[in-house]
Amino acid sequence: MNVTLQNLTKKFPNRNKKAGGEVTAVNDFTFEVPDGQLIGLLGPSGCGKSTTLYMICGLQAPTSGRIFFGDRDVTDLPTENRGVGLVFQNYALYPHMTVLQNILFPLENLKGKDRPGKEEMRRRAVEAARLVQIDSLLDRKPSELSGGQQQRVAIARALVKMPGVLLLDEPLSNLDARLRLQTREEIRRIQRQTGITTVFVTHDQEEAMSISDQIVVMKEGVVQQTGKPQEVYDNPCNLFVATFLGTPPINLFDGRVEKETLYIGGEALLPVPGIADQAVTVGIRPEGFVPEEQGPFSCRLLRTEIMGRDVSFVCTNDACRKETFRAIIQSDGTEQSHPETVRFRLKPGKVLLFDENGSRLRGTNHGKE
Amino acid sequence: MEKNNPKGYLYLLPAFLFLGIFLVYPLMDVFVYSFQENYNFASQTYTGVGIYNFRYVLRDPFFLQALKNTFLLVIITVPLSTGLALLISLCLSSIEKLRDFFQTVFFLPYVTNTLAVGLVFMILFKKTPYSDGFMNLLLNAFGFASVDFLSGPYWAKMLVLCLYTVWIVMPFKILILTSALASVSQQYHNAARVDGASRGRIFWRITLPMISPSLFYLVITGFIGAFKAYSDAVALFGIDLNAAGMNTIVGFVYDMLYGRSGGYPSYASAAAVILFAIVLTITCINLLVSKKHVHYI
Repeated sequence: MNVTLQNLTKKFPNRNKKAGGEVTAVNDFTFEVPDGQLIGLLGPSGCGKSTTLYMICGLQAPTSGRIFFGDRDVTDLPTENRGVGLVFQNYALYPHMTVLQNILFPLENLKGKDRPGKEEMRRRAVEAARLVQIDSLLDRKPSELSGGQQQRVAIARALVKMPGVLLLDEPLSNLDARLRLQTREEIRRIQRQTGITTVFVTHDQEEAMSISDQIVVMKEGVVQQTGKPQEVYDNPCNLFVATFLGTPPINLFDGRVEKETLYIGGEALLPVPGIADQAVTVGIRPEGFVPEEQGPFSCRLLRTEIMGRDVSFVCTNDACRKETFRAIIQSDGTEQSHPETVRFRLKPGKVLLFDENGSRLRGTNHGKE
Repeated sequence: MEKNNPKGYLYLLPAFLFLGIFLVYPLMDVFVYSFQENYNFASQTYTGVGIYNFRYVLRDPFFLQALKNTFLLVIITVPLSTGLALLISLCLSSIEKLRDFFQTVFFLPYVTNTLAVGLVFMILFKKTPYSDGFMNLLLNAFGFASVDFLSGPYWAKMLVLCLYTVWIVMPFKILILTSALASVSQQYHNAARVDGASRGRIFWRITLPMISPSLFYLVITGFIGAFKAYSDAVALFGIDLNAAGMNTIVGFVYDMLYGRSGGYPSYASAAAVILFAIVLTITCINLLVSKKHVHYI
């Protein structure tokens, strides 16, 4: 089932009542989640992504705009009749019920002919538990489970009634780093296996990029960009998206364009055909640097950090917006010398230019490399 | 921490002493008196040992009346007051405007003196040469005949006593239940809605189990409190409760000790032990039931 959001807007009254006015949490959000895909809603905290999720499941009513499940307008349908599955950030497992009772609960709420028999309910609950590999824990109470196990129970509970849409609200934020990596693979596997349309909210861009079919980047209630993770990463439409995606983050420099050539601190770095002369913000991905003896971009090298496969060069440059910046270089295994200054050649595809408003400047040779 | 430190017991000693002298020793004494026939305070003598006191008390029509009154009071007021308090608490927690106002109103009886409340009930229900009381005015307005609530038929007196008791015990229950309801996180409610539960099911399957420890506490203390009822009856019907036919078990014990027909510590002790046995039994039943239905999280 595909989910369509049409001009979705949510305004909250200002918390400070005397000041009056409203806070717009989500502003004119239009998007279609294609059937069976996993969509990552991504943005810093307070950007309206959770609000969007709550509007899809009906716990919050939109101020304006419509929500469709397939062709059906569900905007005014109460949560309990929408048939969505939601995994809460802290799981919200019913503490007085066992794991099995928790998973059975959505089935027991079904009415009429949808309601399966007792045996069938149990069979489906056990099946859901098996899917998330907690079928050995059915008689435990939530308080006797680890964070990762609780999270699986929450997913099983959301999945057991075979919802048309599965919503995950920061499902990994309460897990430790290792479990997080494992669980996100798990979520991907389960989503593939069941083929349920899934919307997944996170502020962790790595998480979103790694498992989503498409990501939606939001900022202050406004959708910045949507697309396949790699496309958005390679081709961000503005400075916010460029800085939000990628670890380590993109390096920003003050530069200028003169006669279709990019300059940083007096050094001519790249030809940039089609871009008018102006001061620009230059974003260079850490992997966009290639050390070369005759390279045009000279920097002072502070130190190198060896991270197994890669070497990270921590450098400084006067034009850099921060004290230091990072270049990630593929290590060939040989011992590196540590000169005071290094010179880099830049990969044109990893260099992004933005005007003073943060909008992306695209030259005519865009996409060549 | 070092366990079995003798200093610890030293610190507990004052409390032990007080409890021992003023609570444990008298409790033991009551048991002893209840088996001693014709015990006399002044001469410290008794004529025999046995279960005669119990047999006497259980045949005393005043005691049987008190037993019946107390049981009726318990059976009517404990479920009624707990249920009403739950209903009011649910309403209170679902409104936003005027919640503080209503909370104050419902809490007022708690801070009002029992006898003052009794006076108010007198004005509401008492029949005097000048007026039939406010309730009767209401009844008359609807075309019913006046009822003498405070010295008339038994059911009328029982009704007033029950109403009075419910009204007196409710504020505390509302206080406990509203805070219990407030401690149930909204997210369980949200999760249950996402799981497709109707309002009724959310209440029975989520809210009620989660406030069950508070509810259980109220039921236990409610039972014990109602079995110990005495001052409420006095406030409504005066000190000669036997004459009014509205005595309670505790009232019977008091009368046996100090009342007009008093001076029988053996009978009083026997009645007190019977009350103890009843309360113990009921509490044990409560605990057994709670094992299955109360969820401590």
